[in-house]
Amino acid sequence: MRDLVIVGSGPAGYTAAIYGARAELSPLVITSSVQMGGDLMNTTEVDNFPGFPEGVMGPDLMMKMQAQAERFGAELLFDDATSLDLTGEVKRITVGSGDVIEAKTVILAMGSEYRKLGLADENRLSGSGVSWCATCDGAFFRNRTVAVVGGGDSAMEEATFLTRFADLVYIVHRSDQFRASPAMLTRAQADPKITFVTNAAVTGILGETVVTGITLDHKDGTSSTLEIDGLFVAIGSDPRTALVESQVALTAEGNIAVEERSSKTSLPGVFAAGDVIDPTYRQAIVAAGSGAVAALDAQHHLEALKDERSLE
Amino acid sequence: MSARDVTEATFAAEVLNNPKPVIVDFWEPWCGPCRAVSPILDAIADDNAETIDIVKLNVDEFPDLAAQYSILNIPAMKVFKDGVVVKTVIGAKPRPALEQDLAEFLA
Repeated sequence: MRDLVIVGSGPAGYTAAIYGARAELSPLVITSSVQMGGDLMNTTEVDNFPGFPEGVMGPDLMMKMQAQAERFGAELLFDDATSLDLTGEVKRITVGSGDVIEAKTVILAMGSEYRKLGLADENRLSGSGVSWCATCDGAFFRNRTVAVVGGGDSAMEEATFLTRFADLVYIVHRSDQFRASPAMLTRAQADPKITFVTNAAVTGILGETVVTGITLDHKDGTSSTLEIDGLFVAIGSDPRTALVESQVALTAEGNIAVEERSSKTSLPGVFAAGDVIDPTYRQAIVAAGSGAVAALDAQHHLEALKDERSLE
Repeated sequence: MSARDVTEATFAAEVLNNPKPVIVDFWEPWCGPCRAVSPILDAIADDNAETIDIVKLNVDEFPDLAAQYSILNIPAMKVFKDGVVVKTVIGAKPRPALEQDLAEFLA
């Protein structure tokens, strides 16, 4: 049986792995089969992670975190956790291959998944102009017109990135207030290729075989159509809790609930870190910090277990 | 044998005139999900070598082919049978999900 298994491989998961490995807990990181490295794998420049004064590419940062975890002996499994049984003293994690891994402690760091608009034609046109990944698909919209929906940092980053290819990038946002940081917002506002459409909600996606436009409802009660060739959805994300929601307590917002200033969930030996516990900040550095907290909490829990056994 | 690269020059022979069904993985080196799904396609290719060929087309090197097949999102995995696209799967998925999507073409 393992001392520590970490589910997830974003900044929280890998930082927990670095701390866990240095505490000689020989952690196993279940990275996922197609999303290893987490959301930063699909970003470009990360300019707010301390220690990189010139900025760092998201994938490079994650490869460095992975290498740092492996340097201290963390083991990586490039597979998906498909079910978790966390309620007993022995935690059991089933992965895609069918293998079952047993552990004394588990750190949940599954992050979050992109929110969809929830529109009828969204799935039909996904792959035909509706995208969640500007770095993947931006180049197909060279000299075209695209829209990014959303008002946070990721919407600003995607829009700014897309100006490399597209002639015109709309940022469509339901409000005129932005969650985005002033630095990201100002950069987008200053970009001559970006046009803001605020107080407008996307109500439909048009196109027979590929996206040709979107319909908008404006706050003043009017409606309009925007002709575009591509739609990039960046309206935030929801904590990825489906595998554990029947076992651990969640908050009203749907995150995994943790005791204040710790990573302790409602189950002994189960800790959580990163975006899956965070409804507010959702930054790589915050996730990394909470990953360190979780590894230290797991370490203390394992020490307490050992002390109990030696008293028995 | 894992999935091999095709080019504009080899596309007709490897894909369009191939007697077997062929999955073409349209990808790009800086697309994270493309890099993630690549080893999964290699493994599927290895296990289904009798029934299907799996090849990769770098859309950055061959934008004309990408445009011809209306690629707007990658990774895009298109199944060609007798030179015609009969199925399209978009986005990186875990192996079981991808195999389910492609079940009718696998051994």
